[in-house]
Amino acid sequence: MENLEKKIIVNDLDFYYGDFQALENISLEVPVNKVTAFIGPSGCGKSTFLRTLNRMNDLIAGTKVDGEVLIDSENIYHECVDVVNLRKRIGMVFQDPNPFPKSIYENVAYGPKAHGIKDKDKLDQIVEKSLRQAALWDEVKDRLDKSAMGISGGQQQRLCIARALSVNPDVLLMDEPTSALDPIATAKIEDLIEDLKKEYTIVIVTHSMQQAARISDYTAFFLMGDLIEHSLTQNIFEKPENKKTEDYITGRFG
Amino acid sequence: MENTDIVKENKWLKYKEKGIEGFFFLNGILAVFILLGIFFLLIREGYPTFKEVSIVEFLTSTRWNPTSYSQSGYGIVSMVVSTLAVTIGSLLFSVPVGIAAAAYLAEIAGRKEREILKPVIEILASIPSVVIGFLGIVLVGPAIARFFNISNGLNVINGSILLGIMAIPTIVSISEDAISSVPDKYKQASLALGTNRWHTLIKVTIPAALSGITAAVMLGMGRAIGETMAVLMATGNATAFPKGIFTSIRTLTATIAIELGEVPYNTTHYHSLFAIGAVLFMMTFLVNLVSDIVLHKYGEGE
Repeated sequence: MENLEKKIIVNDLDFYYGDFQALENISLEVPVNKVTAFIGPSGCGKSTFLRTLNRMNDLIAGTKVDGEVLIDSENIYHECVDVVNLRKRIGMVFQDPNPFPKSIYENVAYGPKAHGIKDKDKLDQIVEKSLRQAALWDEVKDRLDKSAMGISGGQQQRLCIARALSVNPDVLLMDEPTSALDPIATAKIEDLIEDLKKEYTIVIVTHSMQQAARISDYTAFFLMGDLIEHSLTQNIFEKPENKKTEDYITGRFG
Repeated sequence: MENTDIVKENKWLKYKEKGIEGFFFLNGILAVFILLGIFFLLIREGYPTFKEVSIVEFLTSTRWNPTSYSQSGYGIVSMVVSTLAVTIGSLLFSVPVGIAAAAYLAEIAGRKEREILKPVIEILASIPSVVIGFLGIVLVGPAIARFFNISNGLNVINGSILLGIMAIPTIVSISEDAISSVPDKYKQASLALGTNRWHTLIKVTIPAALSGITAAVMLGMGRAIGETMAVLMATGNATAFPKGIFTSIRTLTATIAIELGEVPYNTTHYHSLFAIGAVLFMMTFLVNLVSDIVLHKYGEGE
């Protein structure tokens, strides 16, 4: 991992919800164009940590961050950082598929339009490209003007991925993207992640250790707000260094 | 033995169930009967008008002068236009203000501000329209006259403002509910795409709440069309055709309220007031129908 180019570098990050410290002294590096998975039991802080990477936690009142998160060597918690611009570079896919109650086309075109693209041809291109990247184009190309609420949960989640890709981010954060989906839809999303890492740096939070093992290159194990171990996925699952990691992997708790 | 007991009890329960069901059914359709009853009454009392007045004159003439000695006139066009003018005028001002206030309450205001502001806005709805009418006569009307340098402030614009004030609480209250109930996940998705709060509010939250907001506007509009007292007091009581926003007017409702008390029973004039009532009824019915269609169209897929 030492030789890889780093997309995200986190140094000594503490995170608080009011008085409660949810993350303690996290330091971690995310290599570019790889899939990094965060695993750990519920409440371990993995989703909170994911959300510090695009500052979505800013939306919750009473939260506090110490330490630094460098993305392309730039500290995103520096006071001069424009959060809006940051989130354009760091796409996010949520746990529950959350397409807007608009047409499929409008869902994907929303981001580019918000960032000032008005030209219809250009928008058409972006929509097609994003939907193709999300492996959804063939399924929806004949009903782009239909409501996004009318497609299946798995399709909705891929639409959300297309929507996240539409603004051309470098990093894709995924917060348990398949936990609301059936196994077939999950498999499709996993295949997709495999394809997407060629162009994007992907960080995925997952409840499922099998999923982490299947799709990630690196895995970080969180427990009670601490980062216990972070290594090549193979190492984590085959020869974990920390006893707690081993206990979790082998199903002794969590 | 026991078996038959259970069977008996079941039968009794079944009747009871049926009875309860019937009771609620009757309550449910009571509104339908009342509605039909009112409609029937208006038609029955209004219909004799057209023995003397042609329906074409009634619906197309601008001259309303039932008590004229020489040539009585029964045209309601001026009043219909007046009603529409103050209604549209009131919406022009109450819809933006109402939606903006609702968006503020739902999305921007803190809990404390919301807990104070919302009840205050709702109290505004409970002010009797006579009092609002006073306001129009002594405050808003003179202010309009001064501001635009005209002799008479009792006109379309005065009525519009008063009706707007009355429609605002309805619009705010229902729109706020609609905006608050937009799931947080839409907003998060929008913000995560790198849009700001304002853009998210305008492009995601409000459109997602559109069906509720439409209902709010339609209810506000229904109130504006049917409102009587305030517009009667504040718009100058002139049956002429409105020539602009500074003309004194008289709405359909005001005409009924003013004339019904003094009209001789069972004359054409008397019947014509019921015919006006029927027209009003159909206007509000149309508003509701249109809003229903709009709601269904936008509600598709939700």
